[in-house]
Amino acid sequence: MARITLDNLKHSYVPSPSQPSDYALKEIDVSWTDGGAYALLGPSGCGKTTLLNIISGLLSPSEGRVLFDDRDVTHEAPDDRNIAQVFQFPVVYDTMTVFDNLAFPLRNRGVAESEVRSRVEAIAEMTDLTAMLDRRASGLTADGKQKISLGRGLVREDVNVIMFDEPLTVIDPHLKWQLRSKLKELHQRIETTMIYVTHDQTEALTFADQVVVMPDGVVVQIGTPVELFERPQHTFVGHFIGSPGMNVLPCSVENGQAVFQGERVAIENAGSAAAASAAGKATEIGIRPEFVTLADAGIPVRINKVADAGRFRIVEGYAGETRINALIEDGDDIPSGTAYLAFDPAQTRLYADGWLT
Amino acid sequence: MNKVENQKGWLFVLPVVILVAFNAVIPLMTVVNYSVQETFGDNVFFFEGVKWFEQVLASERFLDALGRQLFFTFTILAIEIPLGVAIALTMPRKGIWVSVCLVLMALPLLIPWNVVGAMWNIFALPDIGLLGKTLNSIGIDYNFTRQPVSAWATLIAMDVWHWTSLVVLLAYAGLSSIPDAYYQAAKIDGASSWAVFRYIQLPKMKRVLTIAVLLRFMDSFNIYTEPFVLTGGGPGNSTTLLSIDLVKTALGQFDLGPAAAMSIIYFLIILLLSWVFYTVMTRGEDA
Repeated sequence: MARITLDNLKHSYVPSPSQPSDYALKEIDVSWTDGGAYALLGPSGCGKTTLLNIISGLLSPSEGRVLFDDRDVTHEAPDDRNIAQVFQFPVVYDTMTVFDNLAFPLRNRGVAESEVRSRVEAIAEMTDLTAMLDRRASGLTADGKQKISLGRGLVREDVNVIMFDEPLTVIDPHLKWQLRSKLKELHQRIETTMIYVTHDQTEALTFADQVVVMPDGVVVQIGTPVELFERPQHTFVGHFIGSPGMNVLPCSVENGQAVFQGERVAIENAGSAAAASAAGKATEIGIRPEFVTLADAGIPVRINKVADAGRFRIVEGYAGETRINALIEDGDDIPSGTAYLAFDPAQTRLYADGWLT
Repeated sequence: MNKVENQKGWLFVLPVVILVAFNAVIPLMTVVNYSVQETFGDNVFFFEGVKWFEQVLASERFLDALGRQLFFTFTILAIEIPLGVAIALTMPRKGIWVSVCLVLMALPLLIPWNVVGAMWNIFALPDIGLLGKTLNSIGIDYNFTRQPVSAWATLIAMDVWHWTSLVVLLAYAGLSSIPDAYYQAAKIDGASSWAVFRYIQLPKMKRVLTIAVLLRFMDSFNIYTEPFVLTGGGPGNSTTLLSIDLVKTALGQFDLGPAAAMSIIYFLIILLLSWVFYTVMTRGEDA
C-alpha cells in the first residue's frame, strides 16, 4: 500500500504536441492518500482512462512523474508496480476454472500452492464466488465474470491500489447496485486504495470518499460528494453533478455587486467580485435549482415547462434567453405565465471564467 | 398454428433442393450405381454387388496410395498450422504494415493451382531451376524427378508455400478479435508471454483454427492439380496420392466400377476424419 502522487502529469497521443488541445491530459497534480476510496468523474473522452493507464503503467506519460510513496514508478512495468485493475469489459481466462482464474496472478509470481489455495478461498468468499470455484469461467454471466476480474485484483495481499475502469458498464441495472455496495463493503474490509473511474455521478458519489472531477484533461475539483454539491469550484462541477445541474447565468458586476438582467443579485462571495470584474473575466452566477424559490418579487421569468419528479417538481423558466431551473416542492402553487424567482444568497455564487471567485 | 398450412414452406426450399440434386445428389448416385456394376461399354451393365469394394480395399495399390495420402496430409498439417499461427503472432496489429502483410500473405492464395505446380516444377529443376541448381551447387544431391525423397520434400514445400497463408489469415483474424484489455489484464497479472499465448491467444483462436484444420485437411486430402503438374505421381508411384491414383484408374484404365467404389471409399474417409477432427477440436466447449 502506498500514497500515490501524480506530479505535473501531462500526456499527449500526438507525437509532438504544440497546443493545449493536443493534450489528453493537460496538467494533473493529485495526491491520493493510502487506503482512500476515490472516484474519477468526468464525461466520456475526458482522459479518465488515460490517467488510469498511466497510474497502472500501461501507458507512459509524455511529461511528469508518478510516485508511489517516494518511489518514482513513472517508467516501471505494470507487473512491477503491484497494482490491480478491473476493466470496463470483464476479462476472464476462458479455458480456466474460476479457481485458476483467481489463482493466476499468484501463480505467475511463484507463490506456493498452499498459500494460493488459502488466498483464493478467502477472496472467493468475499466476492461470493465460492460455489462456482470449480466451474469454467467462460460459462458465467457478465456480473459473475466481473466478480472474477475483481477477485483477481484482490487476491494479491500487497497491492498498492486497485483501479476500476467503468466496471459496471456491462452489468444489468438491477445488479449494479449490488456490485456497487459489494465494492464499498470490500473497501471497508481490506482498506486498500481504490480508484474508481466513471462518467456516472451516482456511481461516483455513492462509492467514493473523495471525488476528482475532470472535464477535458484538467482536474477542476477534488472533494467529498457534499462539497461538490454545495460548493462547486467550477461551473462544470455544478453543471455535471446534480440533476438538474446548477443554473449558470451570465451577469455583470457593478460596484462589487452581481447584476443579472438589470436585477441585483445577492451573492455569497461578494468580497472577490470586484477583483474578478476588474480583471476583465466573463462573470456568471451559479445557483443550484434546489435553492431557487418562487417569490412575490425578484427575477421575472416566463414559465416554460413543469416536470413532475416525485416529491418535487422541476420548473423551467426563461429570463430573456437564459434558462433557469427551480425545484419546487409538491403542494406549492406554480403560477402560469410570468413568475418571480428568488435565490438563496448563501448558495448563490459568482464565477469568473468558469472558476469560483 | 396448423401444421398442414406449413407444408407450403417446402415450396420455398424447392429451388435449392433441385439445385443440390443436380450438382451433388444425382452425380453421387451415378457413382454409387457404377460402383456395384460391371460394364464393357455400350451401356451394358452387369450387377456385381460389393465386389469392387472388396477388390479396392484389398488392393495394395490403393492402400499404398492411402498411406501416402495420410502421410502427406498429416505432414502438411503439422507444418502449416503451427507455422501459420507463428507468422500471425509476429504480424503487426496496427499501422500501414498491416495491409502490406495481408496482401503479401494473400498472394500465394490468388495463384491458380496448376500455375503453382508449374512454377515449382521450373523452380526445382536440378539443371536450370533456382532452387534445384542452388541445392546441387552447395553439395546436396537433389533431383525431384528421380529421387522419391527429393520429390516429397518439393511437394511438401510447395504445399506449405501455397497454403500456410490461409492459416495465417485465419489465425490473424482470430488474434485481432482479442480486445486490448486482455493483454493489459495479463500484464498486470504478471503473465509471461507463454502464458498470454496459452491462456488468451490460443483459446481465442480455437474456433478459427478448427476451421483452418478442417479446410486444410479436406483440401490436402483432395489435392490433385499441383502434384500432378509437379511430379505426375512419380518418380515411379512414390508421390501418387489418392486422387492421382483415382484418375489413373478411372480415366487411364477406364475401370469405371473400381474407380467408383474407390471414390465412395475416398469420400467416406474424408467424411469420417473431418468428423473426428471436428469432434476432438470442439470437445468440452460451452455453447
